[in-house]
Amino acid sequence: MSAEDLNPREREGVIHPEVRAGHDESERSQDGRRLQHAEAATKPIRAPQTREPQPRGAKIRGDRPINQSEAAERFLAAPLHQAAHDERLWDLRKKRDASAHGIPEWEELRELASQIKTHTLSHLDQYLEQFEAAAKANGVHVHWAKDGADHNRIVLEILRSHGAKTLVKSKSMLTEECGFRHHMAANGIEVIETDLGERIQQLDNEEPSHVVAPAVHKTRMDVAEVFAKTLGTDPDNDDAHYLAESQRETTRPYILKADAGMTGCNFAIAETGTVVTCTNEGNADLSGNVPPLQIHSIGIEKIIPKVEHLGVFIRLLSRSALGSPITQYTSHFRGPRAGTEMHMVLVDNGRSERLGMEEFWTSLKCIRCGACMNTCPVYRRSGGLSYGATYSGPIGLIIDPTFNKRKYSTLPFSSTMNGSCTNVCPVKINIHEQIFAWRKVLVEEHQIPALKQGMMKAAGAVLSRPAAYRAAIGAADSALKVLPRFAVYNPLNTWGKKREMPDAPRQTFHAWYKQNRMKDTGR
Amino acid sequence: MSARDAILDGIRRNRPAGDFPLPEVPLFAPLVGEDLVAEFGERLKRMGGRVAEPGAGDVFAGVRERLDAAKVIASAVPELTGNRDLRSVRAPQEVEDVDVAVVRAVFGIAETGSVLFTQDQLIVNAVGYLAQHLVVLLDPADIVPNVQAAYRRPEFGRSAYAVLHTGPSATADIEGVLIHGAQGVRSLTVLMLPRDGAERS
Repeated sequence: MSAEDLNPREREGVIHPEVRAGHDESERSQDGRRLQHAEAATKPIRAPQTREPQPRGAKIRGDRPINQSEAAERFLAAPLHQAAHDERLWDLRKKRDASAHGIPEWEELRELASQIKTHTLSHLDQYLEQFEAAAKANGVHVHWAKDGADHNRIVLEILRSHGAKTLVKSKSMLTEECGFRHHMAANGIEVIETDLGERIQQLDNEEPSHVVAPAVHKTRMDVAEVFAKTLGTDPDNDDAHYLAESQRETTRPYILKADAGMTGCNFAIAETGTVVTCTNEGNADLSGNVPPLQIHSIGIEKIIPKVEHLGVFIRLLSRSALGSPITQYTSHFRGPRAGTEMHMVLVDNGRSERLGMEEFWTSLKCIRCGACMNTCPVYRRSGGLSYGATYSGPIGLIIDPTFNKRKYSTLPFSSTMNGSCTNVCPVKINIHEQIFAWRKVLVEEHQIPALKQGMMKAAGAVLSRPAAYRAAIGAADSALKVLPRFAVYNPLNTWGKKREMPDAPRQTFHAWYKQNRMKDTGR
Repeated sequence: MSARDAILDGIRRNRPAGDFPLPEVPLFAPLVGEDLVAEFGERLKRMGGRVAEPGAGDVFAGVRERLDAAKVIASAVPELTGNRDLRSVRAPQEVEDVDVAVVRAVFGIAETGSVLFTQDQLIVNAVGYLAQHLVVLLDPADIVPNVQAAYRRPEFGRSAYAVLHTGPSATADIEGVLIHGAQGVRSLTVLMLPRDGAERS
């Protein structure tokens, strides 16, 4: 069976022929083979050179519910951006599949990772105390922050006590959660993001749109425009090598003169007090090894018990995120360099409370690989910024409401409930089930509008009874065949927009199974 | 109540109900063939790294061109004398003009093509990133089959800094175009060179 039979949307390996690049600028290997490690695309992708303004994210109006579908519509109305985005993320998803299928123990690793995480989370107090004791014994200053404001205040105090005015940092979703950069700017501290994607976003005064690839929603022309305005590069030169080199050359002086460096944390090892970061650019290692003062911000759910457990997560993380066997750099920071200080800030920011939410605590297992985002049809077509929250895509739908139930009340409805997110999650979070559980909670607490409540009641009644669900699926497939276009593609069905509904299968899988397999086994 | 006590208190109050035992992590069968050197080299090349064999007369023949083109060479290995003494460096910023750094790896991983350094091999940690190019000496006898085996090694539990490098610094943040030398080294070449007898002990 060819790739096109398996994925009828693909033609000659792409789903959007208009973003196929004429020539290939990616690096080659020593023996001339095309390389696709790190977050590289498996084939050249290039948005057409027609200028199309970059669609911006959701409009934020204080605590008022985010209108994700409004922002998604604007993203869909920018076809070149939408096509490049969809192509790029679907490519990452396919790289992930190829990489996962290359390891016979993949499913066993997922199960192990899930078990290690649930064990640690259910003994988190003990492991945090163990981590703290080990870090202190290594000569590290350990701090505890109740929330984002607490984190920012602690870091500011550390910086002020050293007279530090500039800080270089590597990418960290936790510091995004804390609004760290904005707080530092208001207090006279200059913060420079060193990851290329994150730097692009900082210079464009935009949040990251993806946990792994922060500027994936931008075309190279958008980047050329941002760099021309902020770094003084040639606005007509949109060569990716030229743009990346410009960022390297303009960032290095900041790294060399910075008073302090900061990294986030992918894994924190209780046994040894180690902070582990996984990056491709080497910028976490520059942030941690060049300035005389280093700070690591750690979400308390990042703890794992022992070094040997790291093997499980390292083998899963980059394969799930990028389809690479490992990131270029896997760095283990355990103690300060001679004559310098190392600080670690353990941040709660709602995590200990989430631990007590029976249906949602396992979302704390998340290792921020972004696989659920890459596979999500809604995310790929609407862009991360349309969610108006730190975390976007399927994982965002179940984490964001824990920060603000009203503001993020509509997000759990931005899902087709296809369950693909759950299937690719390397730590086996039941994402789509939690999305559904959030819908129920938000309805019960009257956080969502009446129209969606009506849909919910019907869906709730059906989904709570498997037999009724199967009958409904059968009916829906048949209905697709007979309903007039206006009934399927109407304004109330958000996901019918800009996409043709699939041809209804002649028979559902369940019906086929009942007819064939059950008969075969004589049942 | 301090933030520390409040957080720990909240965790204890909200502990999820149920029994969640810590699983045993097996070593797993290596995914690579028996020729670890060949497997390592192949995986390293796929991650953008380069492999060099020592020459008969000149062990550095494979990277001689790179060394000859360099103005500043910082060597952390006894096999090569550079012109920047890492042991006399007082601040990491001093190595920002290094063209080529030469470092010995503690071990390599065949599954991924990675090499491990600690602060002892790098001498100045920052040189592994501020240098334009990195040349790594690796004893073929020091290659472990997979990541799981690597994390049974003692270096992770006792080093202030330990890092796995897998090829050079890389980014594809702009439209998926792969670029080497994002923030760190533009190239990483592994030279298969056994440790001498004294070092091996």
